[in-house]
Amino acid sequence: MMNKNRKHLGHLALALTLALGLAACSSSSTSSTAVASSTDATINIGSLYEPQNLDNTGGGGQGVTEALNGNVYEGLFSLADSGKVENLLATDTKISADGLTYTFTIRDNVKFHSGKALTSADVKYSIEKVTAEKSQSARKSSFAMIKSIATPDDKTVVVTLSSKSISFVYNLSYIWVINSSAADITATEDGTGPYALTDWKRGSTLTLTRFDGYWGTPAKNKVVVFHYFTDATALNNALLTNAVDVVTSEQSPDALAQFKNASYKINNGQSTTKLLLVFNDRVKPFNNSLVRKAITSAIDNKKLLASIWGEYGTLIGSMVPPTDPWYEDLTKVNPYDLTLAKKELTEAGYPNGFTFSLDTPNYDPHPAAAAFIKSELAKVGITVNVNIITADQWYNNVYKKLDYTATMQEHVNDRDVVWYGNPDFYWGYKNAQVTSLINQAEQSDTVQAQADLLKQANQIIVAEAASDWLYLYPQIVVASSSLSGYPVNGLNSQFFAFNITKK
Amino acid sequence: MSSKSPPIVNYIVRRLIFLVFSLFLASISLFVLLRILPGDPANALLSVGATPEQIAAAQHKVGSDLPLLQQFGKWIGQLLSFQMGDSLISNAPVGREILSRLSVTVPLTLTAFAIAVALAIPFGFIAAYKAKTWYGSILNSVSQLGMAVPVFWVGVILVFVFALRLRVLPAGGFPPGGWGDLAGAIRALSLPVITIVLVMSASLIRYVRSATLDVLNSDYLRTSRALGSSFMEAMWRHGLRNAASPVISILGIELATTFVGAVVVESVFALPGLGSFLVRGISQHDYPVVQGVLFISTLAVLTIGFLADLIQRFIDPRLSRSLTGQIS
Repeated sequence: MMNKNRKHLGHLALALTLALGLAACSSSSTSSTAVASSTDATINIGSLYEPQNLDNTGGGGQGVTEALNGNVYEGLFSLADSGKVENLLATDTKISADGLTYTFTIRDNVKFHSGKALTSADVKYSIEKVTAEKSQSARKSSFAMIKSIATPDDKTVVVTLSSKSISFVYNLSYIWVINSSAADITATEDGTGPYALTDWKRGSTLTLTRFDGYWGTPAKNKVVVFHYFTDATALNNALLTNAVDVVTSEQSPDALAQFKNASYKINNGQSTTKLLLVFNDRVKPFNNSLVRKAITSAIDNKKLLASIWGEYGTLIGSMVPPTDPWYEDLTKVNPYDLTLAKKELTEAGYPNGFTFSLDTPNYDPHPAAAAFIKSELAKVGITVNVNIITADQWYNNVYKKLDYTATMQEHVNDRDVVWYGNPDFYWGYKNAQVTSLINQAEQSDTVQAQADLLKQANQIIVAEAASDWLYLYPQIVVASSSLSGYPVNGLNSQFFAFNITKK
Repeated sequence: MSSKSPPIVNYIVRRLIFLVFSLFLASISLFVLLRILPGDPANALLSVGATPEQIAAAQHKVGSDLPLLQQFGKWIGQLLSFQMGDSLISNAPVGREILSRLSVTVPLTLTAFAIAVALAIPFGFIAAYKAKTWYGSILNSVSQLGMAVPVFWVGVILVFVFALRLRVLPAGGFPPGGWGDLAGAIRALSLPVITIVLVMSASLIRYVRSATLDVLNSDYLRTSRALGSSFMEAMWRHGLRNAASPVISILGIELATTFVGAVVVESVFALPGLGSFLVRGISQHDYPVVQGVLFISTLAVLTIGFLADLIQRFIDPRLSRSLTGQIS
């Protein structure tokens, strides 16, 4: 009887081994195997940011910008990886003398993926989709000055503004030009870009295939597959096993050591993501700028950055990243100095410190940074109660209800120092001079004038320590050494795939 | 007392009615609990910088600005017309998305379950029958260890050995072609299946061992042997069916919990399964997704329990006689 049992077990083990062996030996069609020509290669991109839906005015999230911006959808202008704004679907721009009327000439011979020709009506439709009442676009408020849009002919769009806006052309690079006949684009697309969307398996992959009817230079690869992960380690494992060729943004600093060899390239590019310690400037004790300055001087940001990112990342001293034209190094305005911090606390009326609650998002790196802040501020007699909350609670209680004393948050966008000019913004910073300078900057006639005014505003914001800008995230793109042509700067989450080649 | 339908048919009909009623009750509880939780599904559509008007528009889109009673009425209407609605965040039909996720979770769960049962029965039997031998003791200890080890840890170790070091299987993901790429799909599910098998079989071995020990020490088995049956004859005729009854209950529970509990394995191996769909839906307060997944899970749990109960009644003559009202 036992021999029979052993025999059955043996058969089972053999069957299992054979099945696994067969599966292991067979080649997967998704692996990055060599193809006939490098221009027909399939590029596998690994990312943690899956789109929530495919409509960037319908709450698509950061992932939709990464996958579709520049790849599937194009704008009148393009924000290059270098940060330069270039013509794309607009070939010419004329600005009236008073700066209120913009006349754009639309490129000829551009087709949408559905085959329909691009006209000015599509451009008008696309801009109005962003400014519409129900638009969830993060850029909607940037276009509040648009008064009207006219289309005198198929190739011309005339936009009239209610007030001058030096950033108008720059902001237009974020607006996708969509086929005005397209229905709901939350699950489909109809853009003009070098790729068409061919498949989206939610929770898994999003596949783009080169569009043969593209007006411009064809993409240098045939298929791009975005592979989505929820765990950074699983994503890194995919890169290590060649399941993906590149990781768009490395979020796990401890993992970088395993890529420091000839098989991979670690790219340290320019980021626009800042980690902030946000004070509620409306409430005590943070309605007193001396208290905010004291806290800023009590936290060793250099040590914090080194402990989380090692040799990567940048100290910024303000909300402005180095890629913004009005950047200047203001890290010495509120330097790390415990003696200074204690002096400022005493002057502010808190010689023995105080206690406050820090509402901390539960995802990395916020809890680690909060623990560090707690230990740093203990040295100057301040007790921090770290309150871990979910992203949803943050949005509800902190952003919408303003029911907080201090919090932490990462701010992703570039050129967002302008939010300090809005006293109703969630951090409640109110300075009439700053608001005036920011408004004047937007109505400047030249980029230089805009930069000068924003620098002045930023200097005040930093002098008053409206927030504590802990550090600027690094933008680390890790790729297989066989890959080239991928973007290395994380400008507003876009990831252009059309120049990527694989050896 | 006589009935026109056979007792077993009456029993099945009664259980089905109970199943439908339980589903309905579970769905209502779910609706209420989700709405009690703090949070707003509109938040998932918004970003920092959203204006009050955009916030109001998002709330209107997802319906979170409606009175609770109106939301309930809308949801009941959908339930009664067998619709699960669309995701508040992605706008995708929840039913279609669940089907897509089931195409990963069901093969993963059923394959792991079948292999785990196939391993647990012989090994559990050996662990009981040869409890006093060295290999019986080893089996016992290994199964205890297997129960103590977290499933994600097993997954991480398997990824390290078979994917990162030996490079024979993928570290995670599912082929873009889905089951159209059969070899790729089998490779993708291999390590996740092994992970679940190792943990599930460890606990199943314990249950089979325990049930077998009860039977081995029973009077009826001893009596059967005394009356001249060989050990195998006695086990087959009396022992197996007695041992099977409690084990089948456990198997039903294990299968049901693995169905949604595979979320941890799905996260380690980046599989687009039902569990990860549920977790995302919960974090975003995407009510139709959470309601849809939990409805399916509740249906699966109740159905598996129902089938396990039926099988038990067929195996155990005492239980099947209770259907006819006969006194044993």
